[in-house]
Amino acid sequence: MAYSDKARGYYDSEIKGIQGAGTFKEERFIASPQAANITVEFPAGAPHKEVLNFCANNYLGLSSHPDVVAAAHEGLKERGYGMSSVRFICGTQDIHKELEQKLTGFLGTEDTILFPSCMDANAGVFDVVLDKEDAMIADRLVHASIVDGMRLCKAQLFNYKHSNMEHLEEKLKETQDCRFRLIITDGVFSMDGDIAKLDEICDLADKYDAMILVDDSHASGFMGKTGRGTHEHCGVIGRIDVITTTLGKALGGASGGCVSGRKEIVELCRQRARPYLFSNTVPPVIVAAASKVIDIISNTTDRRDKLEQNTIYFREKMTAAGFDIREGIHPIVPIMLYNAKLAQDMARDLYGEGIYVIGFSFPVVPKGQARIRVQLSAGHEKEHIDRAIAAFTKIGDKYKILGKKKNEIIEMYGL
Amino acid sequence: MNEELKKTIIEYIKREYLEEDAPEEVNESTPLISGGIVDSFSMVSLKTFLEKKFSIKIPDDKATPEAFDSVNNIMNLLKEFNVT
Ligand SMILES: Cc1ncc(COP(=O)(O)O)c(C=O)c1O
Repeated sequence: MAYSDKARGYYDSEIKGIQGAGTFKEERFIASPQAANITVEFPAGAPHKEVLNFCANNYLGLSSHPDVVAAAHEGLKERGYGMSSVRFICGTQDIHKELEQKLTGFLGTEDTILFPSCMDANAGVFDVVLDKEDAMIADRLVHASIVDGMRLCKAQLFNYKHSNMEHLEEKLKETQDCRFRLIITDGVFSMDGDIAKLDEICDLADKYDAMILVDDSHASGFMGKTGRGTHEHCGVIGRIDVITTTLGKALGGASGGCVSGRKEIVELCRQRARPYLFSNTVPPVIVAAASKVIDIISNTTDRRDKLEQNTIYFREKMTAAGFDIREGIHPIVPIMLYNAKLAQDMARDLYGEGIYVIGFSFPVVPKGQARIRVQLSAGHEKEHIDRAIAAFTKIGDKYKILGKKKNEIIEMYGL
Repeated sequence: MNEELKKTIIEYIKREYLEEDAPEEVNESTPLISGGIVDSFSMVSLKTFLEKKFSIKIPDDKATPEAFDSVNNIMNLLKEFNVT
């Protein structure tokens, strides 16, 4: 046995270090399908509790939708459970091609390739598209999976201040000698729910002859009038060279991701992207259900419209109640509290009131910007949202932060 | 020279990492990475700047978050490359 005391002691001290830093993550066990209403066991061993879920990426409320579940059953029956193969050996069914084509149509791109996850799409795509004579120019707040993907790529790395177009332009000037430049951004940033300025980014890309990659994981299915994503919202469909996105959030919420965009880039991913080549195919049951999701949201915008209404309603009421909210239009609503302990305490008290939300603090968000992140869903009914607002108001009052501005909250609780 | 060097680096950090209206002050001992001004991802700009400015190549094992955590630390790092 080579798992020595030295190794055990080291790992154990690392775990204690995480606990000491207050960043230890504990799972909460959910004993029901994903939905607005869920049954949770927390802490482990505690009796089951019914709570309203305001922290899922279930934006369209499709995670447990009867039509989606039925499509999954049908897929299971018609195409089986597993494929026991990567795509290019014997892991591609007719329904995989069909889903790729539907995604291409929905996203308004040239072609699409499925990956086991969007994390895998981001891990694979950069190394395929760029080489050492090229440059990656990324927004500083891109998702961790993009940061990791860029690390696996030999191209030179540059980054610009979050959504700062002058700084992006500086970097574009600085890299003019490179063969290819790729501007890299999230469509919607997951901690603030703010939206990339894709129209300005496209203009800069045209001016400086650069390509654009957008990770639209927090937008596909509901941003823009017909839910195509951030590119629709910003009026730049057709101008984004590569979109990566996930099936694990609005689009059914199971798992899977894709690279969608210029057809040569997609084809090269089929030939060379390592997570595509060396990881198992997306299982038929998920493919069948995701395909149904695309049908549903292509036929009607009802769900994205309801999500939009829910978002406007919640943002208005919470602002009126006196919370300091990051402005915006996205169903990610950051309730700013600045102090990490205040965010944890309030999230715990809200859980006591039957509202499941999470407090986020450094290093997940910048220092001194702790918050509770609320995520709305088309699965929420007005009464759910009203209950959340009432609970927030009660707890906000307990901590005396209603109507308080940023500097007043910081004065009371520190950073 | 030493002071001038410090000033150049501080100026760069302010321009590259702070918003124009940012309240933060940066001096030679301000914690950059542990203080949340520069994160490990955006550190690459600073590294590239130093390499270009002084025509050096900082190997990855020397470009640690500790080595970049303050202007003083960076000055120590630069000494190893005979930049003073
Ligand atoms: C912006 C962004 N990209 C990628 C991912 C990863 O997606 P997946 O769960 O499909 O790996 C996430 C999910 O957390 C995300 O928020």
